[in-house]
Amino acid sequence: MQKKVTNITITPGFKEDIYWVEVFRGLWITNRHFFVNMWRLTLNLFGIKTKTRAVATYQYPEEHRPIHHRLRGRHRLTVRQNGSMRCTACMLCETICPCDCIHIIPGESPDPNVEKFPEQFTIDVLRCCFCGYCAEACPMDAIRMDVIEPEFASYTRDILFTKEFLMGQTKERPWEKWLEADMKSKGA
Amino acid sequence: MLPASAPMTLAMGPSHPAMHGIIRLNLQLDGERIVDSTIDIGFLHRGFEKMVERHTWNQAIIYTDRLNYVSAIINNTGYCLAVEKLLGIETPPRCQTLRVIMSELSRVMDHLTCLGAQVMETGAMTAFLYAMQAREWIYELVEMCCGARVTTNWTRIGGLSADVPPEFVDAVKERIPKLRRMNDEFSKLLTKNRIFIDRTKGVGVMSKEDAVSWGFTGPILRASGVPFDVRRDTPYLNYDEFDFEIPVGSNGDVYDRYNVRLFEMEQSLRITEQALEKLPDGPVNIADKTISLPDKLDVYGNIEGLINQFKLIMDDHGIKVPPGETYLPVEAANGELGFYIVSTGEDVPYKCRCRPPCLPITMAMPTMIKGEMIADIIPIFGSVNMIGGELDR
Repeated sequence: MQKKVTNITITPGFKEDIYWVEVFRGLWITNRHFFVNMWRLTLNLFGIKTKTRAVATYQYPEEHRPIHHRLRGRHRLTVRQNGSMRCTACMLCETICPCDCIHIIPGESPDPNVEKFPEQFTIDVLRCCFCGYCAEACPMDAIRMDVIEPEFASYTRDILFTKEFLMGQTKERPWEKWLEADMKSKGA
Repeated sequence: MLPASAPMTLAMGPSHPAMHGIIRLNLQLDGERIVDSTIDIGFLHRGFEKMVERHTWNQAIIYTDRLNYVSAIINNTGYCLAVEKLLGIETPPRCQTLRVIMSELSRVMDHLTCLGAQVMETGAMTAFLYAMQAREWIYELVEMCCGARVTTNWTRIGGLSADVPPEFVDAVKERIPKLRRMNDEFSKLLTKNRIFIDRTKGVGVMSKEDAVSWGFTGPILRASGVPFDVRRDTPYLNYDEFDFEIPVGSNGDVYDRYNVRLFEMEQSLRITEQALEKLPDGPVNIADKTISLPDKLDVYGNIEGLINQFKLIMDDHGIKVPPGETYLPVEAANGELGFYIVSTGEDVPYKCRCRPPCLPITMAMPTMIKGEMIADIIPIFGSVNMIGGELDR
């Protein structure tokens, strides 16, 4: 196909030299945006939804940006119908992890139908680079990264996601206890 | 006491509000005029090339995200194309067209960031906010197909991590007119504005010969008047099927670079439109199961798929790239991004050298700012579009 070479040099002429014409054109654009957004905000105030949002920004803690379901959020371990882990400690996720943040200690499963299961499954989330390779490598659909919890923050730097936390069996976040202990030890 | 004629030394950076990233300019000043300067780089060195040597071929893709973090998909594509060239394989047509679409949208994103930051530093805050809003529309598309906004990690050797979701095509088609309108408004606000012209016209001039001998590529070389574009001269993917124009300037100053970038965004949108029209159906990964992972249905459902999955992921069993070396350039937003890869036949790269497009351009900063005023450094440095992650690797 044709690839034309175009010279785009613009030589400023008289209209640019007298300054006002172009400046008023610019002001026209900014003012149009202002009044259009104002009109939309007024409509929203009376409960009329506009097709386009009035302002581009989101009032974050109260209002959340729509997130696509493909976003790679926090890891979680899926469970079978009887509540046991799907993970069979095949170590594929630990092998493919480029930042070595998954640590698995395999053990013998109490269920006679399952050979192995992870006695410990920890993710050092501060090392994690959220590449999603673990979810891609898993042959059991045992680990997923999805939008169940896309945003999580912490005050401490020693965050280890334990097996129970990743499976959703415990809502409590161990690092918050560590933080409390740490604060107490410092006498705060 | 110093004699009155001695130049004053001023260190601009490493963390200066007007420098895009951590880089230091040591200026020798005579009043406000720059007599001489040197540039210090390397504050963001993370050892990309060494890290790639310690990871398997597919694991290295995440490190390419961190090169030019504004247009990460172009880096992913460039690295994967280089490895695919060494393997001697070609990805299916759908994968190629999707890579073209996302590369061009990333280019738009990169130019929006560069132009937005450049004009913000010359005083046009409104245009910057319009550019950021437009960039957000593209980030939503990136999130839709990769699952992340910045660290995309989208391509794989021999294909993609996942096909685009069904709503992708409509979402792109809906956003292209919006991006065009934004482009138009951006141009109307600035291109003929006397204040902007006075700040940028005739500033930071680089002649055609100098630009070539410094090794410039990309929009900044085209602004100097050399119609060099990797997409035209050594076509990769299926770029030879698309119809687009290559903008060249004639003065090689900041104003021409601005115009070239603005024109290129329009051309990228044109390529995206053409690619969407001819987007073929079919698989995105090549069928060779020694290179790309099998379908999840096969992995969960039959033993062959499971074996393939294990064989590709286990240590010392992954993709085996035949011994040899190759270099493949792609047109990144800043210029020619090349990956020189050496393989010894193992499952890890022996060496991966990245040719960052903004290194020669940043190194020429002392030449470009010589004889200019301190205030001119800001638009010149904005037009260079230095990306720390890519420069220092």
